[in-house]
Amino acid sequence: MSSSRKLVAILLGGALIATATAWAGDTTTLTPPGQAGDHNSPKYYKGIVSQKDLQVWRAEGDGNGKLAQYKPATKIGYYKIGTTPTAAQIAGWTIAVPPSGQNLPAGSGTSDKGATIYANNCAMCHGGFGEGANNYPALVGGVGSLGTPGPEKTVGSYWPYATTVWDYINRAMPFYAPHTLKPDEVYSLTAYILNMNGITKSAWVADAKSVPLVKMPNRNAFNWKDPRPVTHNIACMKNCVSASSIKITSNALTMNLTPRLTGPVDHMKGGK
Amino acid sequence: MTKPNRRDMFKLGAAAGATLIAASARAADTAPAAPPADNSWSDSLGRPVDDRPYGRPSKYESSVVRRYIPWLSPTRLADASFTPLQDQPGIITSNGLFFERYHAGVPSINPAEFRLMISGRVKKPLLLTLDQIMRYPSVSRIHFIECPANGATEWPAAQLNSLQLTHGMIGCAEWTGVLLKTILDEVGIYPDSRWVLPTGSDGAHMDRSLPMVKCLDDCILAWGQNGEALRPEQGYPLRLVVPGWQGNVNVKWLRQIQVGREPWITREETSEYSELLGDGKSLGFTWVMDAKSVITFPCPEKPLTQGPGFYEIRGLAWSGRGKVKYVDVSLDGGVNFQRAKLDNPILDKCMTRFTLPWWWDGKPALIQSRVTDDTGYVQPTIVQKHKFWGKDPVYENNSIQTWQVLADGKVNNVQLS
Ligand code: HEC
Repeated sequence: MSSSRKLVAILLGGALIATATAWAGDTTTLTPPGQAGDHNSPKYYKGIVSQKDLQVWRAEGDGNGKLAQYKPATKIGYYKIGTTPTAAQIAGWTIAVPPSGQNLPAGSGTSDKGATIYANNCAMCHGGFGEGANNYPALVGGVGSLGTPGPEKTVGSYWPYATTVWDYINRAMPFYAPHTLKPDEVYSLTAYILNMNGITKSAWVADAKSVPLVKMPNRNAFNWKDPRPVTHNIACMKNCVSASSIKITSNALTMNLTPRLTGPVDHMKGGK
Repeated sequence: MTKPNRRDMFKLGAAAGATLIAASARAADTAPAAPPADNSWSDSLGRPVDDRPYGRPSKYESSVVRRYIPWLSPTRLADASFTPLQDQPGIITSNGLFFERYHAGVPSINPAEFRLMISGRVKKPLLLTLDQIMRYPSVSRIHFIECPANGATEWPAAQLNSLQLTHGMIGCAEWTGVLLKTILDEVGIYPDSRWVLPTGSDGAHMDRSLPMVKCLDDCILAWGQNGEALRPEQGYPLRLVVPGWQGNVNVKWLRQIQVGREPWITREETSEYSELLGDGKSLGFTWVMDAKSVITFPCPEKPLTQGPGFYEIRGLAWSGRGKVKYVDVSLDGGVNFQRAKLDNPILDKCMTRFTLPWWWDGKPALIQSRVTDDTGYVQPTIVQKHKFWGKDPVYENNSIQTWQVLADGKVNNVQLS
């Protein structure tokens, strides 16, 4: 049972005891790095996230300095509603792992161990070699294909940070039984998937220190700053284009892809 | 009941397919049940009050349902269904018809066991029950929510001959809840608390990083939707509403609001909901849904069935950046446009209804609508979109839709050069 499962059990068991911590009021002390509540302190990004991406993230997050003008409408704890969660409750529900790797739990895993877990829990959907099966996503392949006419987006070719692989497996897989894997198993599966993609060697050991340092092939190909507007149409009213230049380039009627649109829901052939 | 009446005619039409509806409707005008004769429902008693304590539509509306594209996803547990916009008369989407998008199916949540945790880089973490959340000062606002993949199938070519399946991953509702800012004020943030991570309690624990400035602006922790509690499909008992932004950031079945200094770069903002461009580079964060409009009548599902004459062109427009300013309608594939009439209310990040009277001469036509929002942004053509986004991306297809009206009144989805 993962820590989040345990916490839910506590909540459901009615053991949610209001820790009657008095409101501390407004305090400006910063949480020291590494403590619960500071899972992505900037110093942990050195050598992992490019300076350029970090700057964009900060500007996006605080609206290019707008956050400095923020004025709370009320004092902290003004309404005196709710309780303060315990450290254990916060730790149990805080599962997100940012690129810094903070919040990765203790434990480790290898590709060898991952292969067995994968065969038993993942291969039926994602294919024996991560090639995907029955329309379920492929986890392997496509490196070098992204700029070509047939791009293949997979964990290996597309995902910028290996921490996301750990986070997502821990968060959502296996699909039919999420939150049932132990940290060592998630580390092993991460190692196996990275190894199948040729990103890490078979002897590589995945743990809280090594996962954030993996150089994913596509790490620097993301532009995190929204470039829009990138189209500049004008609200022309008369003779906007010449009538003779208008040609129908495609017509959905001829494509034969549309399910039936009246009567009961059409699952088409081979529907789910 | 011996005489065929209007009701039977409709039944026949529905059973035999859309093309017959026209014929049966016309036949009904001359059917024996027409005035001065009475219909059966006029000569008998109807159902009593509270016969259906929770009401539902007329049985003759049974074709008005959410539909999905069976070849799109491997499983309906991580899939989307579409709002039947062709049957949505105004700007509000019925709760039972609001499009769905799940990553691990719809959870069934007992509100008594629900908890929301606000934690991370805040001064005073907070744990709230649903009843406690409902005590805070509240707001009620009408906003659309649109999936960025709305229209994804139409990027390379006109592929689906349907308004519902090309534009239906959108819904518009009145959302009631507490502003996220109220709660963030309550827990206290630091000057470097720049990012917020809402997480769902569904099996996928769906999560997206959001900039603090947006969270302090207009985001709502919503429990109410159009006159009732949120539907389970929409996140019961609590969802985040992020007005004007991609559907997936409006996290449903909320369980945690985590605050941090940097974004988390989750699977849903890399593998999904990022845009791979033709040169191999990708756009990471494209949160805002740009202005878009579409004609909802006529459309492939609602052809012109009564021959030449008067029709009212009707449609919906919206912008994730503000209000709809104008909608212009073309009947000739974009050569000339006329300004449509906008119906009130015209609200921020909300659907706006437009109409244009049309005396159809019975000749083929290529009809389009084009919205301009109050930032001055004008909805682009698909050709303009392709120039930057490439031929086969997934998200953010807000291009002008062309419906081809044929001389027989049938309507097809086409794309123009
Ligand atoms: C029952 C089928 C099934 C099984 C078994 C399964 N998965 Fe998945 N997996 C899925 C589906 C469906 C998705 C996509 C979910 C979505 O889009 O929300 C997915 C997505 C993923 C992704 C992200 C792929 C991408 O490109 O975005 C990874 C990584 C993954 N699974 C790993 C695993 C691992 C590791 C296991 C075994 C522990 C596993 N899966 C077991 C069905 C399955």
